[in-house]
Amino acid sequence: MASLWNIFAVFAKIGAFTIGGGYAMIPLIQKELERRKWIDGKELPDIIAIAQSAPGVMGVNVAIFTGYRLRGFKGSLAAALGSILPSFFIMLAIAMLFTGYQENPIVIRIFSGIRPAVIALIAVPMVQMARKNNKSWWNWGISIATLFLVTFLNYSPIYILAVVLVIGTCITLFDESRRNKKKEGQ
Amino acid sequence: MDIGMILLELFYTFFVIGMFTFGGGYAMLSLIQTQVVTHHQWIAESTFTDILAISQMTPGPIGVNCATYVGYEVMAGNAEGSPLLGILGSFTATFAIVLPSFLIVLALAFLYQKIRKNRVFEGVMGFLRPAVVGLIGAAALILMFHVQWDGTPLFSRCDFQLIKENFIDWKSWLLLFGSAFASFKFHLNPILIIIGAGVLGLLLY
Repeated sequence: MASLWNIFAVFAKIGAFTIGGGYAMIPLIQKELERRKWIDGKELPDIIAIAQSAPGVMGVNVAIFTGYRLRGFKGSLAAALGSILPSFFIMLAIAMLFTGYQENPIVIRIFSGIRPAVIALIAVPMVQMARKNNKSWWNWGISIATLFLVTFLNYSPIYILAVVLVIGTCITLFDESRRNKKKEGQ
Repeated sequence: MDIGMILLELFYTFFVIGMFTFGGGYAMLSLIQTQVVTHHQWIAESTFTDILAISQMTPGPIGVNCATYVGYEVMAGNAEGSPLLGILGSFTATFAIVLPSFLIVLALAFLYQKIRKNRVFEGVMGFLRPAVVGLIGAAALILMFHVQWDGTPLFSRCDFQLIKENFIDWKSWLLLFGSAFASFKFHLNPILIIIGAGVLGLLLY
């Protein structure tokens, strides 16, 4: 049985050693959890799918889910804290130090180079996600409409996601009921 | 505005962001950006871009890192601010952004067996994923351009301006396309790309 401290320590280790977060965490999570036999190989894809489809950060969600499976509510709390605390302290330290150096000429030059790179690093995962997920014309329609509404008309992404969620649920439920009726008719 | 009000607003803003982030860290960045930079105007675009770079280089989930930093900056980065308030802001933003997913994932872990392979669940996700793709694209574009309408959007003149702090000259474009190429074609680690771009910035400017 995994102790709460163990759960905390393992997720702290995963959190402290993955840079960039998200997908970079998966191999490490897999290695650490399977080595300890906390989950079996069949469970991991399910956990990842659920962690991805729930709102929030995937790495933290995996931690919360696994923690719950191991030790219930307390386990999920230990896992969540473990995955967040190391980077929280590192980030806080950087924020406190960096605030004094923002006007430094060398820092300004370094960040003049970094800023365009950051924009590229956001654009690339978008292209990769689009190629993986957008399979039909209406997928692209939703993507392009969202991009346009947020960029040019200043719509809030939260508002758009809420609308897509409601419309998507309605269409899916409608499709389901039609499919069920067809089955009954046969 | 007094400190309590700003803290409350910070909590609410990041709680909503945490609740509506589908599709991982990058999608979260676009929500943080539209809320913090565009809507509340707590932080300028250029500062936000710097925060993104630091969040990417620091261990841990990028969205949570970004929240920690933004929380500090909002509470400590102005005239009345202090490091102590900054720590309070950091804690508030980080706690608020994780809380909704904590509650929801807990519920999902509890219901796990029931929703597994549910067709409705999968169907709804099929609508949400493409929207997330669009959101991430918008996040990149918003860091590149200012869009301002003279009057009613779509029915008036549009003022379309490159953000100068992020695009100083033609070398910025080289850095943009070079980084995109290195990441897309060679799957170079983002940290290496950012470090490389920083070194080039030091040499070029």
